[in-house]
Formats: sequence, C-alpha cells, structure tokens
Amino acid sequence: MTTASEHSTQVKPVTQHRGRISSPIDIWRRRLLIFIVITYTAVLILAPLVGLISGAFAEGLGGIISAVSDPAVFSAFSLTLYIAFIIIVIHALFGTTLAWVLVRYRFPGRRLLNAFIDLPFAVSPVVVGYMLLLLFGRNGMLAPVLDLFQIKVAFAVPGMILATLFVTLPFMAREVMPVLEAFGIEQEQAAATLGANGWQTFWMVTFPALRWGFIYGVILTFARALGEFGAVLVVGGGIQGRTETATLFIFRALDGRQYVGAYSAALLLGLLSLILVVGTEFLRRREK
Amino acid sequence: MTTTTPSLAIKDTPHRAPWGRWGIKSAAFTYLIVLLLIPLSVIFQDGLKDGLVNLWGSISLPIAWAALRLTLWTSALMAVINAVMGTLTAYVLVRYSFPGKSFLNAIVDLPLAIPTLVTGVMLVVLYGPQSIIGGWFKDQLGWQIIFAPPGIILALLFVNFPFVVRAVQPVLESLDRESEEAAATLGAGSARIFWQVTLPALWSSIASGALLSFARAIGEFGAIVIVAGNIPFRSQTAAIYVFGEVESSNRQGASAMSIVMLSLAFVLVLFVDWLRKRGRKERTA
Repeated sequence: MTTASEHSTQVKPVTQHRGRISSPIDIWRRRLLIFIVITYTAVLILAPLVGLISGAFAEGLGGIISAVSDPAVFSAFSLTLYIAFIIIVIHALFGTTLAWVLVRYRFPGRRLLNAFIDLPFAVSPVVVGYMLLLLFGRNGMLAPVLDLFQIKVAFAVPGMILATLFVTLPFMAREVMPVLEAFGIEQEQAAATLGANGWQTFWMVTFPALRWGFIYGVILTFARALGEFGAVLVVGGGIQGRTETATLFIFRALDGRQYVGAYSAALLLGLLSLILVVGTEFLRRREK
Repeated sequence: MTTTTPSLAIKDTPHRAPWGRWGIKSAAFTYLIVLLLIPLSVIFQDGLKDGLVNLWGSISLPIAWAALRLTLWTSALMAVINAVMGTLTAYVLVRYSFPGKSFLNAIVDLPLAIPTLVTGVMLVVLYGPQSIIGGWFKDQLGWQIIFAPPGIILALLFVNFPFVVRAVQPVLESLDRESEEAAATLGAGSARIFWQVTLPALWSSIASGALLSFARAIGEFGAIVIVAGNIPFRSQTAAIYVFGEVESSNRQGASAMSIVMLSLAFVLVLFVDWLRKRGRKERTA
C-alpha cells in the first residue's frame, strides 16, 4: 500500500505542524501502524478473553453458577486466598525491608544482589517446586529434621506457601525501590533534627511517601500469588480438598473434561486478579 | 563508617542505632538467603553431585534434548516477534493519539494480571480443535495450533506482551525530539528518521525487554502445559519435561534439566541488568 511510495526519492511536501511532521504518506503510515497494533492486540489478547467468557457461558449463567457453587471450587478458592494473604503479610514486611537495605545502604555485592532479586521472574515455576521437594520431600535434605519434629512441608500448605513466596519475591522490592529512591532523605533528616526517633520518622515521614509503591507492590504480589500454578502443583501435589488451589482445581477440571467448571473457575480467577490490578491502577491515577 | 563532618553526622543519625541498622540488614539478608539462595543451591548440589558427565548424559538423552531444543526455538521466535510488535506498540502509544489509546495502554498490562494457567485455558477455548476457529484452521489449512508449536508461541506471546512495550515506552517518551527534527529539516523522510535516528536510541531497551521475555519463556509452564499437551518430541518443552521427570521420580533427569534452565536464567537476568544500566548511562550521558 503506502510502503511502495516510501522509496521514491522525490521531495515530499513537509509541513511542520505543532512540531510534528505530517505529509499524506505519513498520515497513511500512521493509520497503518495504528491498525496493525490494534489488530495484533485484539487477536492476541482480547480474542482469547472473549473466547473464555463465551466458553464459560456455553450453558448459560445457570451453568456458571452451578459450576462455581461446587464445594471443591469453594475450598480451592479459600485455600488460594489463605495462601495469598500469608504471602502479602510476609512480603510486605520483608520486601520493604529489602528495598530499604538496597536503596539506603552501601555494601559490597549490592549491585549483584539487586540483579539477583529479578531471578524469580526467570526461574521456571516447575523448577521452584522441584527445589523445594529436594529440600523438604520424603528423601529431601531436611527430611530427618522434619521427621524429628513431625512437620510436613512437601505435599502440604507450608511448602506451597514457600513456593509462592519464591515466585512473588521481586514485586514488593521492585515497586518500593524506585519510590524510595525518588523520595530521598532530606525530609527524614529534617524529622530527625526535630527530634523524631527512627520509628517515628519511618511511620510519619517515609511510609506516607511510599504508600502507593507499597500498595501497588502488595496488590501485584497478591494477584501473582492467586495465579501461581506450576510451583504449587509440584510441591503441593494438588490433593483434592487438601492442597488444591484455584489453579489446580482448573487443571483437574480440564483433565476431567468438566469444561464449564474449568472455564467458569478460570473466568472467576482471571476477573479477581484483573479487578485487583486495574482497580489499584485506577486509584493510583486518581490520586495523581 | 566514620562520621567527621556535621552533615554526615545527620545522615547517620542517632535515630538509627548501629544495632538497628544491622538488624534491618540481617533481616533482609536472611529473607533472601532462606527464600532464594538455599533452594537454588540445593538444586546445583543435587545435579552436580554425580559429576558433569552424568549431567551431560541426562541432557543429551534424545527426549530431553528435543524438549530443550523446542523450548529454545519457540522462545527465541517469540522474543523476535515480541521485540518487533512491542516496539511498534510502544511507538504508536507514545507518538500518536487516537480514540481508544488509553484502553490500548491498559490492555498491555492485562497479561500481567491474568494467571498464566488461565491464559492457556483461554487459548485452548479459542483455538482448540473443538472450537470454530481451531476447527477451521485444521480443516481448511491443515494447521494445528493447539498441541503444537504455534500454540506454544501464541501462549508465550500473550504472557510476555508487556515486557518489550513497557521497556521501550518510557525511553521513547523521554527521547529528545531535537535530533529527529534536525534530521527532518535536513530532508530525511520519516521512515529514514525512524531507522537512523529513533531506533538506534532504543536498541538497548528493546534488547533488554526481548531478552527478559526470552528468559521468562524458557521457564513458562502454566500457559504451555494446557496448550502444548505434553507430547514428547513434538510439544514437550523443558519445563514440562522437568514436571514429567519429577512426577515419575527421575531425580537425575529433573535436576539436570533444571540446572540448564537455571543457568540460562542466571546469565539472562544478569545480562538484562547490564543492558538496563548501560541504557541508563547512555541516556544521562
């Protein structure tokens, strides 16, 4: 289409318009590029979403309601929420501490450590689950100790919590660090000279400034924890009623060809994380 | 740390007593060591205890080798497509204004919010053999999408869509328009300006976004296990292979493949970090 004429060397009527250069060719190229991008996102991202919604509604709203009111769905979602809540408490506390240490303190190896935090983004969830089995499994390295104290970690909830902690580790630090860096230390110094102690300075000066980074970190961690699958499958085993989370329920339902059940639960889980992330983004924008 | 000047004395204020500082530091380090370092080192210890020869033996089994090859080529192809389309999307989002732009901008983050397993389910619903579209592709064109490499690539593209866009977008926004305008006044067409002025300034961010998505793609499991369907030599990726080995209690095979995947992750994450730092330096210079 327009690309053929791009190669002509003739002088084009170039008009400077609000600092933007536009000729007829540019206008067509612009339309073409916008068209390509919209088509790409529509086919890649929106179409599957629509597909899932129509798949869940295949037997009407009644089908979804009866599928979702299955007690297995309830217990799976409860376990998922339970794990996700524990995750955010631990990461909110230690993730913020880690961000603080990386931004405010200088020590050898800080740069390497900073890069290291991103590792869970790249490590396969299956490998994460497997690592924990090597540690806590029946023949695992820590098996004697666990047997001694009668603690069960693998194929139980504690192992699933550890796996999810690993996978969600980067979010908190990555959201809090840039805010902490931008905030600087002047106001803290002012508070200190006015006689505030460490805790007072943190809670009354630093934390309010970090608020949005902190909240966004917590929400992203929570959303990611809701959706974790591979790691909890390997370490938890997906035992129905005991270690079956929402994602594991979906997996089992698909395996058993209960399509409406699987699609409805997938839709519910997808909506839950979507509302969380979009809602927070909306709140943050309104704040600005 | 010695504090000699009064200004530094404020920095190391009395409100942060040395023990508090050490307490905070050791809390952060313990957190990292317990959650990251111990599990990671256990896998290397387990995989390497029988020596490198055995490790190589496990990886070079035809079935393992095929899984690794499939993972690498699908991930690489995805990274290339993602680099091109992600850069294009970022360009359109930054430079043009059109109705629905803020909606498009919101959609970019959607894959981050959707659990990867749900992504896999969505793709099977849409392109699976029982669906209208999947059936049409199979009957009319003879293409199988689900349980085959195209489905894997689609799933990887979906899951990794935000990474290149979000890496390029801020750089493009902060890019100085002066050199582009200078090129325009000198008579360069906008295609030439893009290739010779804009794109060179974006290289490091495109590369870091694409490599990050490549690194994530190598380990992707949730989206792929549904879409690929675990057929050895055809649609079994490295992550699915590890899963199978763990399920069948083949510790050696699982550890060997895990070590290969972890080493790739290490190298890629460090390289992405280096690229980002270099990009930041280039921009401030």
